[in-house]
Amino acid sequence: MSATPAIEVGGLSKRYGEYEAVRGINIAVARGEVFGLLGPNGAGKTTTVEILEGYRTRSGGEVTVLGHDPAVRSLELRRRIGIVLQAGGIYPHITPREALTYWAGFYPHPRNVGEVLDLAGLGGQADTRTRRLSGGQLRRLDLAMALVGDPELIFLDEPTTGFDPEARRAAWETIRSLRDLGKTILLTTHYLEEAQALADRVAIVKDGRILADGPPRELGVGAAHYRVAYRGAGGELVERETDDPTTLLHELTGEALARGERLQELSVARPTLEDVYLELTSDA
Amino acid sequence: MPEQIVLGWRQYRLERRMFWRNPSAAFFNFLLPLLFLAAGGAILSGNQKDLDKLVPSIAGLSVMTTTFTALAYNIVYLRERGVLKRIRGAPLPTGSYFAGVAASAFTNTALQIAIVVLAGRSLFGIGWPPEPLSLVAWVVIGVVAFAALGVAFAHAIPNFESTAAYVNAVFLPVVFLSFFVFDSTSAPAFLKTIADALPLLPLIEGLSGAMVTGTELGEHLDGLAVIALWAAIGTYLAVRGFSWERTEGR
Repeated sequence: MSATPAIEVGGLSKRYGEYEAVRGINIAVARGEVFGLLGPNGAGKTTTVEILEGYRTRSGGEVTVLGHDPAVRSLELRRRIGIVLQAGGIYPHITPREALTYWAGFYPHPRNVGEVLDLAGLGGQADTRTRRLSGGQLRRLDLAMALVGDPELIFLDEPTTGFDPEARRAAWETIRSLRDLGKTILLTTHYLEEAQALADRVAIVKDGRILADGPPRELGVGAAHYRVAYRGAGGELVERETDDPTTLLHELTGEALARGERLQELSVARPTLEDVYLELTSDA
Repeated sequence: MPEQIVLGWRQYRLERRMFWRNPSAAFFNFLLPLLFLAAGGAILSGNQKDLDKLVPSIAGLSVMTTTFTALAYNIVYLRERGVLKRIRGAPLPTGSYFAGVAASAFTNTALQIAIVVLAGRSLFGIGWPPEPLSLVAWVVIGVVAFAALGVAFAHAIPNFESTAAYVNAVFLPVVFLSFFVFDSTSAPAFLKTIADALPLLPLIEGLSGAMVTGTELGEHLDGLAVIALWAAIGTYLAVRGFSWERTEGR
């Protein structure tokens, strides 16, 4: 593997008429790295990723993907990347096995179709027409189709949106196993914990700009702050932040029970993306 | 280059498989013209002059349904479902993809024309086509024009739910007008002028020459020019306006 980054983006901008979806984004993703673009809907994540995938042309800036300009849409580059679109469809009358077999034929060194079916958890639905698959199963087929060509670089645009917690954990395991194989992954998500769980580095995007980037821990994202809230004896709202909610709750509830009281409206919340934005923008 | 041909061939085989697995598409694009032929043939049974008009009319209709109608439906469906977008991201050359799609549409046309010819010979008192090479030429010309127009027309259709309305708004008037003018000796001049300027009537007249009356391609130069013009317009619009992504909600 060469030392050049898998993805280099400098000063990227994209306008749609008057609207500026992307306003000067800089990213460098090393080979073998899992990089997360984290932000709310409409932040410019998908526009950025679709420029890297070759779907959109940029209005300004420099972009290199595996040494290629993606706007050229060369077959050589497309053979080396895998794409999970936010909303990609599939023929309704094809089966997962057929779709993967067909897709594998595009690539010089595809993976074994049966293995990919098992990896994606579709072994049981391999010969079911896709129109009879559930939303979650279709999403896993999306992932399988992105992997079957054994690409070096994989784009995952909100790969787990709409998943139940169990399916999300399973998808995370698959993504981690890809990193263990040395794949480079660019992931977009609006789930804070997904970025924290998977990404080596994260860029937080809002309004077409990067607010902060770095390893999730160093961003202060989720370093502290479970927020525990309840109504005190006088009816006032009490909020406390902690790294260790278990101990704090034990303390609070123990004291309350000893006094023969109840903690009204007790809640434990993780920081939301919104909290992180507020934190980041207020610090700036 | 050979690789692109291999990929086009694989796409063609996929298109064939998907076509036969979709019963409603197979019905509307395939059986419907043949049902019209059977019904028309039963009604006009014994009236050879009318049967001579019916058979090439249905042949022209077959060309239009298997290309214009089928492609407009397919492109809109695949576009709005996000299938085209996925294909766009795959290492499949655009030319190979469209070659496979077009070859599949042409296969349907060829199958239907073969059935119409066989039915004409065995059921409706029309012999083998007197100008078989002209027949092939007319079918190819018709496929090129109507396929291009179908792809171009797909750009005008905003979502899959309204596809039937859009397609029929064009398909039905063109078919009725062309059938009427072709069959009638007393059609008003302005209707004939309109029908002559549209691609279906010239195609039916050409097919009639090749299948029934035995006129050669060279005797239909005006009609050929009209179809070629539509093919050029259709191709220009099909390429220029093509969208790989869903238009709904934009």
